[in-house]
Amino acid sequence: MEKILVGLKRVVDYNVRVRVKGDGSGVETEGVKMSINPFDEIALEEALRIKERGEANEIVVVSIGSGEAQQQLRTGLAMGADRAILVETAEEPDPLSAARALLEIVNRENAELVLLGKQAIDNDNAQTGQMLATLWGRPQATFASKLEFSGESVRVTREVDAGLDVIEVDLPAVITADLRLNEPRYVKLPDIMKAKKKPLDTIPWADLELPDSPAISAVSFEPPAARERGIIVEDVAGLVGALKDKGLL
Amino acid sequence: MAKVLLIAEHDGENLNANTAKCVACAAGIPGAEIDIAVFAESAGDIAAEAASLESVSRVLSSEDPAYRGALAAVLAPQIVALAGGYDYVLGPSTTFGKDLMPRVAALLGVNQVSDIMSVEGERTFKRPIYAGSAIVTVEAPADVTVVGTVRAASYRPVGAGNSAAVESLAMTADVPDHTRFIASESGASDRPDLQSAARVVAGGRALGSADNFDLIYKLADKLDAGVGASRAAVDAGYVPNEMQVGQTGRIIAPDLYIAIGISGAIQHVTGIKDAGTIVAINKDEEAPIFEIADVGLVGDLFNVVPELIDALD
Repeated sequence: MEKILVGLKRVVDYNVRVRVKGDGSGVETEGVKMSINPFDEIALEEALRIKERGEANEIVVVSIGSGEAQQQLRTGLAMGADRAILVETAEEPDPLSAARALLEIVNRENAELVLLGKQAIDNDNAQTGQMLATLWGRPQATFASKLEFSGESVRVTREVDAGLDVIEVDLPAVITADLRLNEPRYVKLPDIMKAKKKPLDTIPWADLELPDSPAISAVSFEPPAARERGIIVEDVAGLVGALKDKGLL
Repeated sequence: MAKVLLIAEHDGENLNANTAKCVACAAGIPGAEIDIAVFAESAGDIAAEAASLESVSRVLSSEDPAYRGALAAVLAPQIVALAGGYDYVLGPSTTFGKDLMPRVAALLGVNQVSDIMSVEGERTFKRPIYAGSAIVTVEAPADVTVVGTVRAASYRPVGAGNSAAVESLAMTADVPDHTRFIASESGASDRPDLQSAARVVAGGRALGSADNFDLIYKLADKLDAGVGASRAAVDAGYVPNEMQVGQTGRIIAPDLYIAIGISGAIQHVTGIKDAGTIVAINKDEEAPIFEIADVGLVGDLFNVVPELIDALD
């Protein structure tokens, strides 16, 4: 295929312990480490492998967010993407709006495959890929752990609660990546230097002329209910005794 | 009155146990009148099970071979054809519901409320974000259908003493041919289902190998427990993916959860924090799992677990 589009969302890094702000107005993101959403990184790695096998010609990475998301796009370029597009907006769009924006880019770019992470680890919504596929009128294969291309279709192994499902979808299609699709490569210093010369275009959100969507508003934030600190037992006899006390044995 | 359409999950033969928990969530919506829709190749038994759930008014049962494999691209247009008569369309926040419901939402031109953990008002819900590190109260806009997925672990199942009417439903929307179901590869197990088991024993990376994971199975069999695993254990290939518990695996709420050789990363903890009692066995006394455990035992699992198995004889 000619072109694969990969979505990269800038999110709070996987290892950061996220805390709710004291006034309940949001979570603390000031000064915390930001990264590519790990599932999106897996999506990009898969696109790169497809290209390296000679099954695609160009990989375009897209992010929707503030100017700071250029950092994540540069990382994507350093990993091996050919081009980057930032749809710039100060406010984080809701999933439906994000899907509409991605569809606009998909149409402009004439992409035949869109690879996204199965969810972003900040809001944990897991909606955008499915919504993009729907608005596009194309198939979706979510939670992918294996892709096999043959002609105009892809056989996708999906990680589901009961085990694995295998489906076949015609291209163009949207595929969302699960954890075990691959292990993303590390970026090497020379690649970071090279990535600085690769094209990164910015499109202001307003230029996409998208309709307003009925966003779900966040009213307030709170820390999760804490579990009461338990007891430490010395040995197996103590453990069995504690479980018996609780009526569990 | 608030009309709620709940999409049933099933494996082709039986209703998934999460459905009764989703009904409990739906029943919390003020003035809820709950219908369950069953889409299956052979829907009879599944619909009968759904009709037995308390608080359910009506079961809509649709049968067609095209429903095999529960493909989102097939089901979503059928659901949307029904949605006009409803204020809420809900499904479980399982891989089935997560795949399907955003497709329904997009066809209706709305966003989805993902992972509802409590209903706070007509259009106000609580849901976890950042792997459960924060809880956000959200409000869906007025005058649009609320599409949502339910975090089943936050609810107790409703009882099964009902006998709601079952109506058959013709397939109304077109079936796309761009998506084809090929096969399910599910590890059949005689052990209690991880999702609904009252007791779960789970192992982590510290097990060190697939062979050593036998210790976990042995203990689970002693306790008649389901078996789970941390992401690290699944990534290492000790056990298949369907056993993963956490942010990107199963979210469970057994009465007893025994975490063995699991450090307790936030991404794992979010999958178990509704468990009744959490037991942690780990040789690292600094492991974060001890912060949430009700009963902790610091020790080498290769000594502790065999001893525990003997003690249960």
